Amino acid sequence: MGKSRGLRTFAMILGPGVLLSACDGPQSALSATGADAIAMEGLFWVMLIGATLIWILINGLIYYVTRVYTGSLSPRLAHGLIVGGGIIFPLVVVTSLLVYGLSAMPEQRAMGDGVKLRITGEQWWWRVEYWPEGADPANPPVAVSANEIRLPAGSRAEIELTAAKVIHSFWIPALGGKLDMFPGRVTRMSLKPLSVGVYRGQCAEFCGQSHALMALNAVVMEPGDFDAWLKAEAQDAAPPKGYAATRGAEIFAQQGCGACHAVRGTPARGGVGPDLTHLGGRTSLAAGILPMDREALMKWILSPASLKPGARMPGYDHLEREDLSALATYLEGLK
Amino acid sequence: MTSDATHPSRAGRGNPEPIGTFPPTEEMLSEPVPEELARAQEERLRKTWETPKGWRYWTAVNNSEVGVWYSLTAFGFMLLAGVLALLMRVQLAVPDNDFLSAETFNQFFTMHGSAMMFLFAVPMFEAVAILILPAFLAARDMPFPRLSAFGFWCFVIGGVFVMGSVLFGVAPNSGWFMYPPLATKAEGLGSDIWLLGLSFIEVASIAAAVELIVGVLKCRPPGMRINVMPLYAWYVLVVGGMILFAFPPLIAGDFLFEMERSFDWPFFDPERGGDPMLWQHLFWIFGHPEVYIIFLPSIAIAAMIVPTAARRPMVGYSWIVLSAVGTGFLSFGLWVHHMFTTGLPNISLGFFSAASEAVVIPTGIQIFAFVATLMVGRVRMSLPMLWIAGALAIFTAGGLTGIMVAIAPFDWQVHDTYFIVAHLHYTLFGGMVFPVMAGVYYFYPFIRKQTMSERLGRWSFWLTFVGFNVTFLPMHLTGLKGMPRRVFTYPGDIGWDWLNMISTIGSFIVAAGILVFAWDLIRPKGHQPTPPRNPWDAGTLEWTHDVPAENWGTRSIPYVTSRYPLWDQPKLQERLDAGRYYLPDAAEGLRETMITSVIDARPLQVLRVTGPSWITLWAAAFTGGAFIVPTFHIYWPAILSAILAVACIIWWLWTSTAQIPEAEHKDVGLGLKLPIYVSGPEAPGWWGVWITMLGDSTAFASLVFGVFFYWTADRSFPPEGYPFVDMGLALGGAVLLSASWAVNLWVRGTARRQSAMQALALAMLLAIGGAAALIASAALPGLDPTAHVYPAIMWALIVWIVAHVSLGVIMQGYCLAGFAFGRITARYDAPLWNTCLYWHFLALQVLVAVAMTALLPRVL
Repeated sequence: MGKSRGLRTFAMILGPGVLLSACDGPQSALSATGADAIAMEGLFWVMLIGATLIWILINGLIYYVTRVYTGSLSPRLAHGLIVGGGIIFPLVVVTSLLVYGLSAMPEQRAMGDGVKLRITGEQWWWRVEYWPEGADPANPPVAVSANEIRLPAGSRAEIELTAAKVIHSFWIPALGGKLDMFPGRVTRMSLKPLSVGVYRGQCAEFCGQSHALMALNAVVMEPGDFDAWLKAEAQDAAPPKGYAATRGAEIFAQQGCGACHAVRGTPARGGVGPDLTHLGGRTSLAAGILPMDREALMKWILSPASLKPGARMPGYDHLEREDLSALATYLEGLK
Repeated sequence: MTSDATHPSRAGRGNPEPIGTFPPTEEMLSEPVPEELARAQEERLRKTWETPKGWRYWTAVNNSEVGVWYSLTAFGFMLLAGVLALLMRVQLAVPDNDFLSAETFNQFFTMHGSAMMFLFAVPMFEAVAILILPAFLAARDMPFPRLSAFGFWCFVIGGVFVMGSVLFGVAPNSGWFMYPPLATKAEGLGSDIWLLGLSFIEVASIAAAVELIVGVLKCRPPGMRINVMPLYAWYVLVVGGMILFAFPPLIAGDFLFEMERSFDWPFFDPERGGDPMLWQHLFWIFGHPEVYIIFLPSIAIAAMIVPTAARRPMVGYSWIVLSAVGTGFLSFGLWVHHMFTTGLPNISLGFFSAASEAVVIPTGIQIFAFVATLMVGRVRMSLPMLWIAGALAIFTAGGLTGIMVAIAPFDWQVHDTYFIVAHLHYTLFGGMVFPVMAGVYYFYPFIRKQTMSERLGRWSFWLTFVGFNVTFLPMHLTGLKGMPRRVFTYPGDIGWDWLNMISTIGSFIVAAGILVFAWDLIRPKGHQPTPPRNPWDAGTLEWTHDVPAENWGTRSIPYVTSRYPLWDQPKLQERLDAGRYYLPDAAEGLRETMITSVIDARPLQVLRVTGPSWITLWAAAFTGGAFIVPTFHIYWPAILSAILAVACIIWWLWTSTAQIPEAEHKDVGLGLKLPIYVSGPEAPGWWGVWITMLGDSTAFASLVFGVFFYWTADRSFPPEGYPFVDMGLALGGAVLLSASWAVNLWVRGTARRQSAMQALALAMLLAIGGAAALIASAALPGLDPTAHVYPAIMWALIVWIVAHVSLGVIMQGYCLAGFAFGRITARYDAPLWNTCLYWHFLALQVLVAVAMTALLPRVL
């Protein structure tokens, strides 16, 4: 008896804890840190509790009348049940929910007042352009990047979304809800991250063969750190340091990588693939599917299509292993 | 007795009136039928309604055969689509799995959704309705049996074609929603297979819907006023109407889409003024009602089982009818909730959030009416009732998550995640699969005259119920933790792995439950004792069936005065069996059923329905060719196939419909004589055309919507530098086509055969001239449909009209031939009425199309 009571207390303390930690994750809408995501997480818990109670009520009633209750209700009361349960009760619940839920909407659709980003969905990666606070987006962006966004904590960033060929959807669950990206059309949202950290996001609209492999990290920084980072990101690429990196830069040029990729400050100006100017400074490779290290870079360059089916970048399996390693060293050094 | 009260003045010229007494008196009903006469009648009925034997079995068109084939085929497609789901679950069981390739996975999820929707859920409703509706109404058959058979064969051919593409690895791979530009630009045949194969099936679905609507409205037994008919019939009526208005926008979308795929008309290409959002709107204007098209018929099954289980009439019959109709209407106002993340203005989102939440009320009413009925009665927890209880438990959970996702900002988080996967499976399993299973257990003794195993049924229930929740309950969390839908793999370090493993295990438990059910369904039951005739003590007419089975549907067509005739009319069964009621005989050896008036079910006509034939199979095969061959971008054989299909259909109509009868009236018993041949608004064929043309006009309206959509989406529509449609030629075309319509109408009023024929020939020439003028009005100014979406949509309207005029000319030619060969006369003029009705709609479409092409762009 005492033992089972102890177990029960233990379970009651541990249960919700385990449950809540089971909800955590780098891409979880239930580990919200952005203002909009926090509002939606709150709304969710309220709705979950309400829905659970209503479910128990209805199904408890069905169980009761089919299994326990043997009497016969008067038709008058039965009609009362239809009107009360089918009309009045849902009307009250749903109206209050609409008022409460929809009031959260304008915030996420409000204009941002901080940094501006334009993110373009490509198959299957993200093109990212930055304008500092107060800049006119008609001017060229101060920095071009890919597959990672950085935001300062505490201010509402303005985000313009568009797409190259097919529809994608931009979503960082911990920061806020998603918005679709259309070719030939611009959609707008804003995000207000509140805590420093790295949050994972992923394309949410089916966009073809490797839809599953189109992710990105959102890195939220202290505002001061962010300003410094953006200044650095706007700079040209650092020249290669050391023998291997210098050799890698030569191979990069020889192999014609610059036809598709840009490395600012070098002759490489291609715009088909991601900008690589500060590739080594990013937290992941190939749109969030590989870690950013030399091994991963080599694996990717060797055969992109085996890691991301349908990727348009050709494989460079004709490169000597040493050259491949040098190329990876060069790219990793582009911080 | 007067003619149909709903259309007293517009009835066909010279339609004879029914003669005699109605309603029958108690004295007439209690008079016994001589034994010998009854025996002879039974013999004749049996012979008339006999199912063909041997290889000719497949020529059967009777609802009891076609309904069984139809539902088994739909069930087979469900099993195949379920296997695809299991394979996907294996792939997702562990992270970074390579059991399926990305391409294969994408084909599988596309086909899982498409097949479950188009090859299982909607056809299953139509199959079940064809199978059991006539019995609810004590009708001998559906009003157009060959149309049911034609629809079934179309479904088989189209379904095998679409589903078969998976085996060759060329299946559609852009999702069941086929969003352009991904799907328009997809390489290979997949998108074409989806568009053409499923359009073909959609046409068959609409055909079935037309037949079901006419069945409910015109084939009820005498006395069964519309407020007395079984709730199932109400739901069939509502759902038939929804199909009629929901499928055409999709068909219009398919038409635009395939024109882009085949001929590069840029409807959805943003670089040439097109807009992928138009497809999303058209798709979801179809797609959302689709959800209720699936859900309502299953609730209808529940509405039949619940009163039987409670042994009490349904409480709140009128509430339920109003709710069903209300849900039908509301469902057309919610489609934008599938597009909450597309960046529409907040005001639209608020409106559609509120509209979506409003569905809670009719749904709540229906569920609480069931609960109230259970409370009023004393419940017997039979196996079907167990499945219904399971359905309610699952469906209410799906409904409650539906309330959550209808809140737009919350949907921004969960849209296109596993949360939605969980939500939609809760609504569809609870709202469709479980009630249909309940229905199979409930109606099995009616359909097969055997019973399914109680023990296996409980095993199947618990396996499916537990497995379902193990699979889908965790998916809510998987989605909240950020896992999007339609991903073929996922990384192992973000906390999705154990949730996916649980779901995969659950999916195999569901599969086990379905397998137990399938085994019970098909296992030999020959040793069973014959079950009682009315095993559940139900109150509705299907349980007057004959055990062992007879093909005649009902021995005689009863006079019905109650919602639950078997409970309230104690002598009904005995009199029905004795042949005391209407049409107890088949003296001429022809298949006959009764047509009654729409509202108050007064007898109007004896309808001679069509019998077994190969022609339906041939017509379906050639129609299939016309849809399937263009998939491969080959057009001449397709055109040939289309011509053969039209020829088959003409032959079928010519040889079997609106035959001139041997007498004006037929004695149907109980002192009543009914006309055999009626034309115009009293005839079921006229209703069929009228209802079909409502659907057709909806598709046309969708194209018109497209024009306005492009205009509102792009201020510079029509763009500078593109020519207008020639005003003179367009107006000339409209005048010629209107003249053709007027001449056609005049023919309906004339009594002289010679002048009718001359006038019909003139009408055909006018129509052909009008169509040519419309083509010239766009071709001469040089509108190039591949250059921009503006000329493309103008051409789309003209192509639509020209195709309809071609059909209109064929119909006029049919009437001309009818006069020439004496099949149509001033008295026997049903085809002429139907042709005129078609031309009413066509003339209206012509005027709108000319206004849209020639006038509107000049004004904008």
